[in-house]
Amino acid sequence: MSTPFYVSPQQAMADRAEYARKGIARGRSLVVMQYADGIVFVGENPSRALHKFSEIYDRIGFAAAGKYNEYENLRIGGVRYADLRGYTYDRDDVTARGLANVYAQTLGTIFSSAAEKPYEVELVVAEVGETPEGDQIYRLPHDGSIVDEHGSVAVGGNAEQISNFLDQRHRDGMTLAEALKLAVQALSRDTNGSEREIPAERLEVAVLDRTRPQKRKFKRIVGRQLARLLQADGATSAAEAEAEAEGEGSEDEE
Amino acid sequence: MDFLSEHQPQLLPGNRQLPPTQGVIEAPHGTTIVAATFPGGVVLAGDRRATMGNVIAQRDIEKVFPTDEYSAVGIAGTAGLAVEMVKLFQLELEHFEKVEGAQLSLEGKANRLSTMIRSNLGMAMQGLAVVPLFAGYDVDRDKGRIFSYDVTGGRSEEHGYAATGSGSIFARGSMKKLYREDLTEEQATTLVVQALYDAADDDSATGGPDPARRIYPIVTVITEDGFRRLTEDEAGETSHAVLEHRLRQPDGPRAALL
Repeated sequence: MSTPFYVSPQQAMADRAEYARKGIARGRSLVVMQYADGIVFVGENPSRALHKFSEIYDRIGFAAAGKYNEYENLRIGGVRYADLRGYTYDRDDVTARGLANVYAQTLGTIFSSAAEKPYEVELVVAEVGETPEGDQIYRLPHDGSIVDEHGSVAVGGNAEQISNFLDQRHRDGMTLAEALKLAVQALSRDTNGSEREIPAERLEVAVLDRTRPQKRKFKRIVGRQLARLLQADGATSAAEAEAEAEGEGSEDEE
Repeated sequence: MDFLSEHQPQLLPGNRQLPPTQGVIEAPHGTTIVAATFPGGVVLAGDRRATMGNVIAQRDIEKVFPTDEYSAVGIAGTAGLAVEMVKLFQLELEHFEKVEGAQLSLEGKANRLSTMIRSNLGMAMQGLAVVPLFAGYDVDRDKGRIFSYDVTGGRSEEHGYAATGSGSIFARGSMKKLYREDLTEEQATTLVVQALYDAADDDSATGGPDPARRIYPIVTVITEDGFRRLTEDEAGETSHAVLEHRLRQPDGPRAALL
């Protein structure tokens, strides 16, 4: 019987991290950003069926980059966790912090367990507050750590470059149209600095809108509404587009 | 809810061990729920009284709940159990919607509620029955629909109007004479308030509108635009209109003889 090679723990962890990072880098990046009335999720996603963003609970949204089956698994786990909590206690007792902790535990355990391959995913859990100060955004890398983010966050392949770009330009109190355009601009920059066009059909956009009268603040922005927001330039037309977007919101909800 | 039964079975109403009891358990009971369809939607309304034997347990109980964007349920029977059932039902619809990314069909929702009532059969045999009325807007067929249930979970679709609870016989009689197929939304809300008034008139367990305390029936409307509950003022206005009319004609509007 052959003796297995000795691999130092440092090396083993570094290899696993490398493996996970490469997996995540293959996927397209996405951006989660605060704007005046909430939090917007923007990503490039050619598929209409496989979503990168999803609703977890009333005020909590979920975004993921990496391997679809792995993050879908985590998403369903999150929905179950949130629904069970809310049913056992109260709807207000479901928080993004609690959920992020559960995700961190899960990801951390899988990452350091030798029996399993690490998950090739990077998650963002966001909760919209009553005011912009109450907004919370948590980024969860593949190894189970939690990073508390403010303003804007990018995950996925090109995340570092996009984050830098956004950090320089993002400011508080942007309108939805402004935030959306900035996000698309950031996503269209390639690694080598050149820009490419991302058509509206390839964008997946969702918001957690604190002004929604319903309890559930998550809403997908699709079709005409999205096109209008992307075209809107200047403060007045952006406001108009938002007003229209509000009106259309109820139709698009199904 | 399959996940719940695997992980936290004690949270499910059907999984509780019941102590053997003798006689009737005294617990607050909700009374009358009525519903009526109109072109473009459905209205669901309930009185506000909960009774415990001959005592009025609560004057302003709420017995009509939205279950999701396009459906609502009104409950008659043991209030505590019914409220829990509704909560679980709401949770289940929302959970399905989030996990699957699409809403259940209205039939699917109605079937699910049926299973939940059946799981309560043990309690129902001991006198703690829950008999809801389920109403919703069917987005696929573009119309409002009503489903009624019995204690064993038997489900039947009602056409036009339906009522459940102790005052249901009187409410049904009232609606039978007043219902027409071409009601407007406003007429439909008046119809259900009239029916509840008639139920309260003849059934001691059903509460009528209470202008002194400003307690009015809960009236909800579900249309293409989703669920809407009439505000206190709107419900009050309809109730006052009905009351006003009844001062002159205590038995309410008269239907033609032939």
